[in-house]
Order: sequence, then C-alpha cells, then structure tokens
Amino acid sequence: MNSRRQKASKAVTYLVLSFWALTTIYPFIWVILNSFRQKGLIMSDSFSLPMGEAFTWDNYITAFQRADFKNAYLNSFLISGTVTICVVIIAGLAAYGLVRYRFRFRGLLYSLIMAGMMFPVFSTIIPVFRMEAMMGIAGTGNRWLSLLAVILPQIAGNLCFAIVILMGFIQSVPIELEESAYIDGCSVFQIYFHIIIPAAKSSFATVAIFAFLWSYNDLFTQSFFLRYPQERAITGLLNEISSQAGVNYGLMASSVVLVVIPVLVVYVCLQKHIIKGLTAGAIKG
Amino acid sequence: MSSMIYKKKSPLLVFLVPAFLFLFVYLYYPFFQNILNTVLKIGGLGRAAEGLNEPWYENYVRLFQDPNMRTALKNTLILTVCTVVFQVGIALILALLVDTIRVGAQFFRTVYFFPIVISATALGLMFNLIFLYKGGMVNQLLLSMGQLPYEVKPSGKVIVQWLDWKDQAHFLFTMLLPVMWQYVGFYFVILVTGINNISQDIFEAAALDGASGLKRTRYITLPLLRNVLCTCLVLAITGALKVFDLPWVMFGAGMPENMGWLTGTYMYDQTFNKMNVDYGSTIAVLIVVLGVVLSNIANRVFKPSEDI
Repeated sequence: MNSRRQKASKAVTYLVLSFWALTTIYPFIWVILNSFRQKGLIMSDSFSLPMGEAFTWDNYITAFQRADFKNAYLNSFLISGTVTICVVIIAGLAAYGLVRYRFRFRGLLYSLIMAGMMFPVFSTIIPVFRMEAMMGIAGTGNRWLSLLAVILPQIAGNLCFAIVILMGFIQSVPIELEESAYIDGCSVFQIYFHIIIPAAKSSFATVAIFAFLWSYNDLFTQSFFLRYPQERAITGLLNEISSQAGVNYGLMASSVVLVVIPVLVVYVCLQKHIIKGLTAGAIKG
Repeated sequence: MSSMIYKKKSPLLVFLVPAFLFLFVYLYYPFFQNILNTVLKIGGLGRAAEGLNEPWYENYVRLFQDPNMRTALKNTLILTVCTVVFQVGIALILALLVDTIRVGAQFFRTVYFFPIVISATALGLMFNLIFLYKGGMVNQLLLSMGQLPYEVKPSGKVIVQWLDWKDQAHFLFTMLLPVMWQYVGFYFVILVTGINNISQDIFEAAALDGASGLKRTRYITLPLLRNVLCTCLVLAITGALKVFDLPWVMFGAGMPENMGWLTGTYMYDQTFNKMNVDYGSTIAVLIVVLGVVLSNIANRVFKPSEDI
C-alpha cells in the first residue's frame, strides 16, 4: 500500500518536472524545425517534420546573403571575450579585498556595490555616451574604438553582480589555508593566485559564463554604440534582420537559430559549473 | 577573522582601485549625472542642457499627471506581483520536486536554465512566431483542437477566425507569460543550491522521528530556505522593474493603444524615440526609487532570521 502511494507520487513528480522541461525545450525545437521549412508552409503546418518537398536550406542561404554573419560573430566574440576576462580579473581582486580586509569604508563600499545592482542600464547610458564621445571613443566610425566603447560600460555593468557572487564563495574558503601559506612565506598576492583562485574555481567559472552571456545578449548597449554595418555584433544583426524580414518567417526562424546556437553550445559545455557556483554568493548576499 | 596576514593594508589598493575606478566612472558618476538631468532642459541625445526646467521640478509633476505613466506603473506592479508569485512559486515547487528524485535531476537542472541563456531578442522573435495572429503555433494548436470557429466556403477555402493574442483583451497575458517563463530557471537554480546546503543530518533525524515527506518540507525545508527565498524575492522585484527587451521586441511602443507600457519600455521610448531626455531620466530615477522601496518592504516582511 505504502509503496504504491510512493510510486504514484514519484510518477506525478516526473510528470510535473517533464512538463516544465517540455516548455523550455519545445519552443527551440519548433523554431529549429521551422527554419528548415519552405517559408509558405510555416503558417499552415508548423508541427510536422519538414521532409521531402517542405525541406529547404533556403532560409539559411538567405540569412547569409542578407547579412554579414562572419563579421558579426567576430565582433561579438571580441566584445564578450574581453568583457569576460576583465570582469573575472577585476571582480576577483575586489571581492578578495572586501572579504578579507577590515577597514573603515568597507561597509560603505559594500552598500555601493549593492546599489550598483539596482541601476537600470538605461539610466546610465546617456551620460556614458556623452562622456565617451568627449573622450573620443564613441561615435567615431572607427570599428575598434566603437567595440571598446561597448566593452567599457559592459565591464562596469557586470562588476557588481560578479563581486557579490565571488564574495560569497571566498568567504567560505577556510582562512587556515591562507595562514599556513603565509607562515611558509607567501605574499598576499601569491596567496590570492595559488590558494583563493583554485579554491573558488567554480564560482569564477560561473561569473565568467554570466558575464559572457549578458554581454553577448545585450542588445541595448550594442544598438547604442555600434551604428555602422561593419561594427554590428550578432544580437544587433538579429534585430536588424527581423525588422527587415517582414512576413518572411522562415528567415526569422533561421536567424534566431544562428544567434542562439553559439550560446547554447557554450552553456552546455560549461553548465556543471553554473549549478555549483551560482549561489553561494547570492545566498549570503 | 582579521588575521595577521591582512594587518598590512597597502595591497588593498591593488585589490580595490581597479574595480571602484570602473564603477565610479561608468556607473555612479553617470547615475549622478542622470539625477541632474531630471531638472535640466535637454532637447536631444547629443545636445547640451539649455538651463533649468521651469519650474525645476516640472518633470516630477509631469510624472504624476501623465496617463501613460499611470498605465506603465499599473502594468509593472502587476508584473512584479506575478513575478514574485509565479516565478519564485513555480521555481520553488520545481526545486522541491527535483530534490526528491535522483534519476534525471541533472537533466532537468540543465534544461530549465535554457531560456536564461538565450537573448531576449531571440526569445521575443520566437514568441512573436508562437503567438502569431495568422497561423502561429498557439493558434494552430487551438484550431486543431477545434477551439477556433471557422467556416468552409463553397469554393473549399477555409476561413478561420484567428485569435489575436496581442489585442486589448489578451495583451497582458501574452506579455507576462514569456517574462515569467524565462526566469523560472534562474530562481530554480538558486533554490536548488539552497536546499542542497541544508544539512542531511536534520532530515535523517526527522525521518527517525517519523516525519513524512510533506511534513519535512513544511517544517524543515521551507523555514531553512527563508533566507534564500528572501534573496530571490529581492532579485525578482528589482528584476521586474527593469524588464525591457522581451516586451519591447514583442510589443514595441505601448501597443495596443498605449495600454501596454511598462516603466522600462516607456522610459526607453521617451528618451530615444520622443527625445525627452530629461523626462526619461526622471522615469529612471523613479525605477530605482521603487526598487529600493519595494525590496526593503520585502526584506521587512520576510525578514531573514539571524539565528540559522
């Protein structure tokens, strides 16, 4: 009797979990399937497998003809790669300093970081744009300067979240490790690089993944600073294609797939770190 | 914790200066500038201010008289409540369920996170296709289930009365659903980690005392999750106030008929399309103030207990 009830509740559990999984997976499968379908057929029959007559590569061929994907991928990876590396280095140092040192303005600095998570990007972007225009970085038409103009505010935008997550993890590193290293003659910087970083590896990976994803997906900052065709990054390109596509839903579907694939690959490769590393910081914050 | 190692403060400069330099130049100073902008008269994005507004608090008065702003606030508050109830609620249920199973747990954790990984632009386009008026996924599904009225003309042509998911009766649902759905996985991961951090000994002791599964959830897991839930609430509230790209891609400027504004989309539209830079700055200030107030209320109500 008891075991039958257990079995039933287990079945319900799997049913509920699978239902939600279906909602997160199926839309992507639907888009991928329809990106290979003749464009006329999407609106009449979008659920079957696109086979025989209905199958086509046309949507992808059009996408590559209409837009410079190669260049956009390059721009995106340059921007997001640089942002990721800088965020990890700068946030790691700051988190370590804030966790381990006791000094007068520590509380103030911590509240500043929490406040920084609250600012919406659109409240800072106009002054940033003016400042960068004055410094001669933004709006010059030079591709590399424009990329830099996106990179700098994105680093600042990701720092607060990264510092909070990393602080949570560094707090949980036992201080005895550091003390014994100190007795062995290590300097503070050696301690940081040889003990803290290896110990908090998975949270560093988490921060890196989030910085990369948020930078890659951030349409708002991109559309602000990257105005010329050769500067376009991938998310901006998608937005442009979709506004020109009109009723060409096949083209829309194929562009969505082209933009989504690289992120999904990065995520699936690194996802075990996210699960481990995301929340020690959030929980304590 | 103040160990011998960290008595000497000079390395602190190397640790803190780069981060706070960035934050001051690219976050705090621009935000301060933004507050200044609310009282200035600014004609366009690249233009310099033309002096103070007449009177200087003009924009703040306008904030209270603007009917679109009232719509935006109403929608955003609905969104915030839904976010807290459904996002965090569904995430909590899923997290509790995943905790009870072994086979496939890793799979569920991976796929629940999918929607967060993907850009809101791509998701917005995807949902546009899904909720498409003529022959979108949902409407095709409804049609095949016989839920949509249609008539067959003598010529054999089928005329279907498609359901417009973006009209005045349905837009709120169509706007909220994708936003809800996208972030469930984020809170799910936070909550799963929180549950894993609860010591296994407590559960074993409870099992010895004869506590059943539901009782264990009610009297052990939920109380011990309180701090984590509180973090989730604050994140959900501040997140809901900032929502921008998904509704923007799906609805654009306030569709249908100025009923679909959110604080985020209205602020963007005022600043970049209507060129009311100073008024847009004022809305941004309001968003931050609301975020601070609401998350403080949440913290008061669900005050994290210190004793655990």
